[in-house]
Amino acid sequence: MNTKNKEAHSDVEELLPWHAAGTLSRSDARRVEDTLAHNPELARRYALVREELGETIHLNETLGAPSAHAIEKLFAKIDAEPARKPAVSLNLGARVAEFFASFSPRTLAYAGGAAVLAILMQAGFIAGVMIKETKTTGYETASAPSTDPGIGAFTLIRFAPQATQDDVTKFLAANKLSIASGPMAGGLYKVRVAVTGLPKAELATIVKKLQADKVVTFIATTE
Amino acid sequence: MQTTSDEVLIVRIAGGDRLAMQVLFARHHVRVYRFVLRLVRNEATAEDLISDVFLDIWRQAGKFEGRSQVSTWMLSIARFKALSVLRKRPEEELDEETAERIEDHADDPETTLAKKDKGAALRQCLSALSAEHREIIDLVYYHEKSVEEAAEIVGIPEATVKTRMFYARKKLSELLKEQGIDRGWP
Repeated sequence: MNTKNKEAHSDVEELLPWHAAGTLSRSDARRVEDTLAHNPELARRYALVREELGETIHLNETLGAPSAHAIEKLFAKIDAEPARKPAVSLNLGARVAEFFASFSPRTLAYAGGAAVLAILMQAGFIAGVMIKETKTTGYETASAPSTDPGIGAFTLIRFAPQATQDDVTKFLAANKLSIASGPMAGGLYKVRVAVTGLPKAELATIVKKLQADKVVTFIATTE
Repeated sequence: MQTTSDEVLIVRIAGGDRLAMQVLFARHHVRVYRFVLRLVRNEATAEDLISDVFLDIWRQAGKFEGRSQVSTWMLSIARFKALSVLRKRPEEELDEETAERIEDHADDPETTLAKKDKGAALRQCLSALSAEHREIIDLVYYHEKSVEEAAEIVGIPEATVKTRMFYARKKLSELLKEQGIDRGWP
């Protein structure tokens, strides 16, 4: 084995603890794996490293935990701290910026793509609900629900992003609602709650009831 | 199930959210306690220290820039606090600690049993390492810190982290050899 190879093995040997712990980069891990595959002596030493790893975890896990007083002490100290400046706590913009700044550009790009996809999917399935409703409209008597988009009592609703098409369909059916129009800006839908106009108090009661449903993230009355 | 990331919790803590502080504490206090305990070797001191560590997090959350993992930042604070305590500790206590370490090597019945149980012997030798070596071994094996993260916590270059770990392991093997267990390395 020449000097260059010896140095390479030494470098790889130094990385064995991190390889065992799984904290190496993909390229370093591959380099270590390749060397281990061709060097039985290093593979034997790697077994020793794995032994140390296991026993270090065992040792630390038997150290116990602090008592429940620890958190009491902490919050007693926090209570004694001067009040926070509102500039830090109430600056929503800064908090949002700080939140997004914590992600890597790649994560942010994936998250942005996923958000766009979610919005498109939601718009798609709600459009599907609307088309389905239109198709099922058959023979109607004079007292049947009006299809005139301008007649009735309405609310503006934004559905939860995680709500499925099935959830929304069930929600609309259970509450005898129909989508009049949308999606509008902000992902809002105009939803008919009654085929005739309703007194404000009655509409407010309906809104309050609908607001409690997990499918709804925002609801307000509208003309 | 998706959990709130540590980074989001820190943003909330910076805004004075006590619940976020409780969540962060619940998530990390045991590991921070164990890291500190292995350095100061006194349970009461370690317990006092963790409330100080988390109080610092409460105070400095607004300054956290997210350049490293929250757990790495926490261990850096914990290490600084533990070393400050060790510097103030009276010499008698340090002598006692040394004596304990010497006792660890004594060939008492426990040690004899440990010789039969390689795992127990290994754990005993891990405890007998110097604070510097214990620290690097714990950071890499137990706290799962990368070379870069360990370097940040300890405040040394990455190359030094690798060599320190190598020598800590070498010392461990030597201690095991003293206990009659030859690992064939170094």
